[in-house]
Amino acid sequence: MTDTPPSEPLSLTPLHALHLRLGARMSPFAGYDMPVQYPTGILAEHLHTRAKAGLFDVSHMGQAILEGSHAAQRLETLVPGDIMGLAAGRTRYTQFLADSGGILDDLMVTRLPGSPERLFIVCNASMKAQDFALLREKLPELTLDVLEDKALIAVQGPLAAEVVEGLLPGVQSMTFMQGREFEWRDSPLFVTRSGYTGEDGYEISLPSSQAEVFAERLLSHPDCLPVGLGARDSLRLEAGLCLYGHDIDTTTDPVEAGLSWSIGKRRREQGGFPGAARIQTALAEGPKRMRIGLMLEGRAPAREGAEIATLDGTIVGAVTSGGFAPSLGRPIAMGYVPREFAAAGAQLATLVRGKALPARVTKTPFTPNRYFKG
Amino acid sequence: MSAIRYTKDHEYIRINGDVGVIGISDHAQHALGDVVFVELPEVGKTLAAGSEAAVVESVKAASEVYAPVAGEVIEVNSAIEEKPATVNEDPLGAGWFIKIRIADTRALDALMDETAYQAFLKTLD
Repeated sequence: MTDTPPSEPLSLTPLHALHLRLGARMSPFAGYDMPVQYPTGILAEHLHTRAKAGLFDVSHMGQAILEGSHAAQRLETLVPGDIMGLAAGRTRYTQFLADSGGILDDLMVTRLPGSPERLFIVCNASMKAQDFALLREKLPELTLDVLEDKALIAVQGPLAAEVVEGLLPGVQSMTFMQGREFEWRDSPLFVTRSGYTGEDGYEISLPSSQAEVFAERLLSHPDCLPVGLGARDSLRLEAGLCLYGHDIDTTTDPVEAGLSWSIGKRRREQGGFPGAARIQTALAEGPKRMRIGLMLEGRAPAREGAEIATLDGTIVGAVTSGGFAPSLGRPIAMGYVPREFAAAGAQLATLVRGKALPARVTKTPFTPNRYFKG
Repeated sequence: MSAIRYTKDHEYIRINGDVGVIGISDHAQHALGDVVFVELPEVGKTLAAGSEAAVVESVKAASEVYAPVAGEVIEVNSAIEEKPATVNEDPLGAGWFIKIRIADTRALDALMDETAYQAFLKTLD
């Protein structure tokens, strides 16, 4: 996701009026007028999500269904993930790649049951127009149904299952990266047990017309509070998750980004995705540079763009995401450095306002993931 | 009673003779959101009017705190370095940043008093 300045009127999500009623501070994000925080504030929203449950409006994200014969096999020509091996009702994380092997966007793919093959895709708001154009251009034999009239609501946190179960009985028995259909007040909902916080939780796709009343019902649970994009960013940073346009982009490939786990064994061997040669080489020989986590030793945060240096002052990389980690009470960052400096425990420094702030290379996630794996 | 003056950048200076206590206004702390880091200058540093006196960071972003008038730093509030949330909780009181010896108190005349500052805030809405 990228936050670009508005050049045209901002789009509104189906929950816009609710955000205003809840007293949200709104800000442009990827062409949408989005809530950055509510009166509770980013720190409280972040900590509440880690302790209980937070509701996030992510309706700005792209949602589409790709349908047709051999849809999974055809999609594999654009992404390195094992989509053919994805069982019905299962969700997988992958990336659209450029011919260079750089990342065009990252996305979630869920195989829907039935025939012809149908894949439910969720991609970044800032990249969705490009993603959908790519799918139409490269896979003309498939039908792309962009779900313009659907909202997307995430509920995240250790109490997410309890909160959502109250409205959608049965969600508790789902496991991480599983997706299935539900019905609520005669409307079809599609729920995946997934998210972008490192916590257990769900992303719920539902008709825009039902979004506000559904969200209000979720928020009527005393442990479920609305959470804005500010805390969404600090939560995903603690979880070590990449933000498109910042930690990953067309200049980074999935191997150096630490996303090799998302490339299945068959795909590594067979290739057949854009940039396969570069990626197979990187997998075999190890990447030249790597995305690292940094735990800063002082209190001063290092933001995106801050240089990363060795202790003798040689600049070896830059921070791609950084900020205060509310759960840890200290600043953390992610960035890229040559592989020889990327070992966990290595001492580096980030340069902020002319000062070298000591930092230690740290395995991500910074906070333990708490996905529900059954 | 001490007088208070504000800048258009939302710093305040509370005046006691030739000593000024500098911080950020309630509007500023609210706009920033949760303050998580404060960097204060060294005692003894000479600040020009409008120069960077301190840095304040919220979860979202870093901002500079500028000196409303010229002067020498005579004290810093180390307590807010340890507990930055004080800036949100009590910006005009315990959340002050620095004390300066004002070089020329006549420079204060260019700043806004409480009434003028409140009127200025209304123009921002």
